[in-house]
Amino acid sequence: MASKGIKDRVAIVGMGCTSFGEHWNKGPDDLLVEAAQEAYRSAGIDADQVDAYWLGTMGSGISGLMLSEALKIPYKPVTRLENMCATGSEAMRNAAYAVASGAYDLVMAIGVEKLKDSGYSGLTGASPPNDGTNSSMTAPATFSLLAPAYAKKFGVNEDELKQVLARIAWKNHKNGAKNPKAQFRKEVPMETICKSPAVAGMLGIFDCSGVSDGSAAAILCRAEDAHKYSKHPIFIKALSFVAGPAAGYYSQEYDFTTFPEVVASAQDAYQQAGVKDPREEISMAEVHDCFTPTELVLMEDMGFSPRGHAWKDVLAGRFDGDGPQPVNPDGGLKSFGHPIGASGLRMMYEMWLQLRGEAGARQIKNPKLGMTHNLGGAPGRCVSFVSVVGN
Amino acid sequence: MAGIVRYGSYVPYFRLTRAVIGGGKGERAVASFDEDAVSMAVEASRDAVRGGVAIDTMLFATLSPAYAEKLDTATLQAALDLPETVSSVALGGSSRMGLAALLLGLDLAAAGKRALVCASDLVTGAPGSTRESQGGDAAVSFVTGPDTDAIARVIGRASATIEILDTWRLPDDRFVRQWEERFTADTLGPAIAETTKRALQSGGIDPATLTAVILDGTNPRSMAALPKALGLTPEQIADTLAATVGRSGCAHAGLLLARALDGAKPGDRILVVCEADGVDALVLEVTDAIKPAPPVRKVDRWIASKRNDLAYNTYLKWRGILPFEPPRRPDPERPAAPPMRRHERWKLAFVGSRCTQCQTGHLPPQRVCVKCGAVDQMRDERFADTSCRVATYTLDHLAYTLQPPVVAAFVDYEGGGRFTCELTDVEPKAVAIGNHLEMTFRRLFTAQGVHNYFWKARPGR
Repeated sequence: MASKGIKDRVAIVGMGCTSFGEHWNKGPDDLLVEAAQEAYRSAGIDADQVDAYWLGTMGSGISGLMLSEALKIPYKPVTRLENMCATGSEAMRNAAYAVASGAYDLVMAIGVEKLKDSGYSGLTGASPPNDGTNSSMTAPATFSLLAPAYAKKFGVNEDELKQVLARIAWKNHKNGAKNPKAQFRKEVPMETICKSPAVAGMLGIFDCSGVSDGSAAAILCRAEDAHKYSKHPIFIKALSFVAGPAAGYYSQEYDFTTFPEVVASAQDAYQQAGVKDPREEISMAEVHDCFTPTELVLMEDMGFSPRGHAWKDVLAGRFDGDGPQPVNPDGGLKSFGHPIGASGLRMMYEMWLQLRGEAGARQIKNPKLGMTHNLGGAPGRCVSFVSVVGN
Repeated sequence: MAGIVRYGSYVPYFRLTRAVIGGGKGERAVASFDEDAVSMAVEASRDAVRGGVAIDTMLFATLSPAYAEKLDTATLQAALDLPETVSSVALGGSSRMGLAALLLGLDLAAAGKRALVCASDLVTGAPGSTRESQGGDAAVSFVTGPDTDAIARVIGRASATIEILDTWRLPDDRFVRQWEERFTADTLGPAIAETTKRALQSGGIDPATLTAVILDGTNPRSMAALPKALGLTPEQIADTLAATVGRSGCAHAGLLLARALDGAKPGDRILVVCEADGVDALVLEVTDAIKPAPPVRKVDRWIASKRNDLAYNTYLKWRGILPFEPPRRPDPERPAAPPMRRHERWKLAFVGSRCTQCQTGHLPPQRVCVKCGAVDQMRDERFADTSCRVATYTLDHLAYTLQPPVVAAFVDYEGGGRFTCELTDVEPKAVAIGNHLEMTFRRLFTAQGVHNYFWKARPGR
């Protein structure tokens, strides 16, 4: 595979992010205006200076028109895209290639989702007209399959694994409590997490990320132009995206203890960024903790923990906010929330704050390289995005 | 001359004990929320057509059709993977039409044709009624052919059609009504006796030579005098399965016949009498061919494999009699006609594909092999009769179902192939990785007036 990367050729020079939560009083337009305005201010620019836009939304609108009408953009390119839960990151990835190509000088990537308008519990997805045979497994059900598979393969007692999963939720809520923009800002005791009503398999309510509304945006330009807009830009070292062949749904070999798509996208990203030892070199990461066992498996798929050992690293606090390799320092999907189109950009927002020393109570000391990751779909049939960023 | 060549039966998994619905002994069979007369007829027919059987005509008798207008028999044709070059006949209107369909199938066989005769009913009565507590859900299926191939050949028959206000239901009414039972019993009793005697006379049959006498009808009292009138002993009278299944509408006479065939030996003579708006009577003699006949899941085996802790309010919800609060999940979308037609063999017959280059099975069928990447090198393979085991599973408390929680699993097939599906007729606590499962044809849901049929997996019964 020829994946040459654009290391250090593109910079992020401004970002904006709304708070995530149940925004009954804000529609998608309101959220887009808010995130965009914050991003323009952050880059010190007027709206007119942006040459092109990439809009990510899963189901809250269609066409670039959704953004151009809300922001009254005067006759500029606006691409609307979707790649399940990696939608926001995809907006950024495509915007980055556009400025790297030289076709545009200053671009915006923006994502938005209004999940709370539907009135439904959990995520729902509309399918095109079909033959009625599609799987109706919910998202919690598909990801719940990871837990017993992991326990069995690596000889972890299921009760102990439940503690590991609860520890992940506990960590993310603890981090979110320090984040004024997060949906859930209270620490949650381990006992409450362990006792929560079952949603699917071993997963209780606290093992599942919530449903929320929000928007986030980034302004990007070529690295050599960054100084025009920002005293402290951050630089993209790697962008990787993999859509899998859904082999896990056909092949008896898939054992639900890994995401081959994540492994492939992480390896590609490390190759682009020149990272040889992710456990040592990646200072901090925002990963797709849609469900607690997902985060557990991701630690191994990303090479932060050796295969079969992530559970020990979790219990030892390796990935805590004040640990050696903080994961989801902003609270993650779990407590920040997961408005699908915005999440990837929200993750980049935390990397932006951390690398610039603006993360306040959550600040990590001297971060070098940061990583963001999104996963869309289900174990066995998914897409994966990974980015590496740094100063 | 004609006879029955193959047969199959089906009794669903759940039972409602009569004590739970206000009294009476025993229990009645209850189809699950994901079953209907069509899905049960498919299950009954699978044993009858397994291995391939030439069929010219399909007959389907039911009082609980899935559609008032759209051919249920076509769904049977597709689900059983039979050729489209068959003719179809749909019968209804009286619970006697199951046996009537068999008689018609035997007439066709006498004329040199082969018929697949299915009778199936999901019997629902008004809460508290006799029909509710005495009814049962079941299906039966027969293949008719020349008596040279038959396991049981026709030796006598007779019929009568009688206008009487006994049980009746208008097309838009949900529940049947019934006149005073004594009127029906007294009025039809003589006709039942007379028709039965004609059937016996038509073949010169001495009632003393009958091995099993099946008496089925809307009104058991109407047939009470018959055993004595024919000089029958109690041993000759077949169990009506009132205490274990309940009267399964159009299917019942045939279900009792199937049970008699399950235990029959060559030379046995079986009399079937069915009363409803008249009488049909049929006498069969079992042949030597019954011994090497293909194995069939017997009626008693279906009856013994059961779960009888069904709550009455759950039963009422399943039958759509009791309204309830819907969940905060979107209503399902109706399936679309063109995709259903394109994928008909997958959706209804459970036909996947196997790569001819590397032998990897694919469910649903694919054009590109997931293992070796070969394009358009697949052959069709029907997985409906392939056993599978649980690769992994979960209990989904969020997904909408009439029997929470949804048990969702990835199942792996003998010889390769993996599929994700719902499990049904299963106790969630009893599910474990490695469990062996069978595929079963079900009605997943009905949306915007369209039934969505497909397959689920269940433990073997």
